[in-house]
Amino acid sequence: MELTRDEEASLKGEKGETLQLAYRILVATGEATNAEKLIPISWSHLSGVNYNTIGDAGEEFLSQLSRTARIKVKTTLNPMGYDIDSVSKFNLDENFIEKQQSIRNSYEQMDVTMSFSCIPYEIYDLPEKNTQVSFAESNAAIYANSIAHLKTNKESAFSALASALTGKSPYSDLRKDQDSPNITIGMKVENPNELTYGMLGFFAGKVANNSVTLSGIKELDKRSCKSLCAGMGTSGTCAKFVLGDGDEHSEKIDFDEQEMQKIHDELNTTDKGDLITLGSPQLGLEEISDLTLMLQNKSFKKRCMIFCPRVVQQQAKKLGYMDNLEKAGCEIYSDCCTCLTPLIDKKDVDSVTTNSIKGAYYLKNSNGVDVNLKSLLEIVRDDTT
Amino acid sequence: MTLKTIVQGTAKGIILKSNNPINFLGAVDKKTGVIRDQTHDLFQKSIRDVILVFPHGIGSSVGAYTIYSLKANNSAPRAMICQKADLTVASGCALANIPLVIVTKEEYDSLGNGNEITIDNDLIK
Repeated sequence: MELTRDEEASLKGEKGETLQLAYRILVATGEATNAEKLIPISWSHLSGVNYNTIGDAGEEFLSQLSRTARIKVKTTLNPMGYDIDSVSKFNLDENFIEKQQSIRNSYEQMDVTMSFSCIPYEIYDLPEKNTQVSFAESNAAIYANSIAHLKTNKESAFSALASALTGKSPYSDLRKDQDSPNITIGMKVENPNELTYGMLGFFAGKVANNSVTLSGIKELDKRSCKSLCAGMGTSGTCAKFVLGDGDEHSEKIDFDEQEMQKIHDELNTTDKGDLITLGSPQLGLEEISDLTLMLQNKSFKKRCMIFCPRVVQQQAKKLGYMDNLEKAGCEIYSDCCTCLTPLIDKKDVDSVTTNSIKGAYYLKNSNGVDVNLKSLLEIVRDDTT
Repeated sequence: MTLKTIVQGTAKGIILKSNNPINFLGAVDKKTGVIRDQTHDLFQKSIRDVILVFPHGIGSSVGAYTIYSLKANNSAPRAMICQKADLTVASGCALANIPLVIVTKEEYDSLGNGNEITIDNDLIK
């Protein structure tokens, strides 16, 4: 990859340790994506916020970095480990809260916007078509490329951080218009819901490279679309899907009942959950509004944890949705998410019901609890009175 | 043979080879380096101090922090060899100073589990 004289000087450390570190990351990711140069980006979205995921090493790294590092472009942030308003209800130890607070402070010190959301595309105005951004959260990167007409790599936590600190990113194929998917997956499952689309995404992520065409999809509502993006982000490296019939020379693969069953069997480990979680990705206002309607005159028979961005919670409160959801027995949490939450501990919980494929993968592998997969309709049908 | 060096460096060690991609955040214990994903072919094996050979990284972008944490906890592989470069592994190795090279399909197939090898920047011996 070619660097400008200025970038070369930064890489050599002539402009301080922070920029040297950022350019070291950009050079490695530039090599990894076969980029010939770095280009400006105008928005970076960071992952690596939850103490549960980045641990002591991550906390110390950010604390050290924040002494001198400052962001150069608009930078937003993924969810952290808890909602400060309700953290006292959970058995989180003081160390967790202290370290999470330190991580928060480090990002704030670097001038990052405290959004704590994995759906930046739903809570901020989107920039104009073809704008170059750097989104680390995988569901957000896939959404940005596939639905929001933006351009990003499926960034890592460090490559997005390097973009935030320099305002630059490698000019990879995904950032150009030359990307045509070499695999077309035919959606053959009848009457799909968001769970089906999550499994389709998980399947597509496994077989596709950088991008994939999905054929046979007539319409995709917000809930299904987010589920598809999140499932895809979990299982592979694929950063973009295109809806259509696909290139005639592309490899054709079907996603049928049999393939779906395989994914289901991989992620579903029990037929009953102790509690329900909704949100990975976090719920947006549209989904909160839908859910409020679905829960009219109904009440959950077990705990139902709902995760959404703080700004969505505030809007939902104003619109009266919050009261209704709480009456139906929902617990609503801001700033955090199902995915890698420390709020679900296998000491207290054996199994979780969710409609999130991404949530299921991490609940199973990281939290170590059993998972019961159900669509939202099935959850409301089976688990409310 | 070596297609590309993503992170320069030298390392000597025993190959631990996997046929499955690795989701570092979900599948690897960042303190011990033990693989905890039951469906993975390296389940319950430790990636500490080995030359880790695997197709490529997948999944969460936060996996880069897992690689950095492995290094900070002295549980990291000495080097990684992949078939395909991905941003999570590339940036994690860059920050943690773990040599990372991409090799051709033939070279990848010739790397035998349990063999001792040396990586010296662009050379694999």
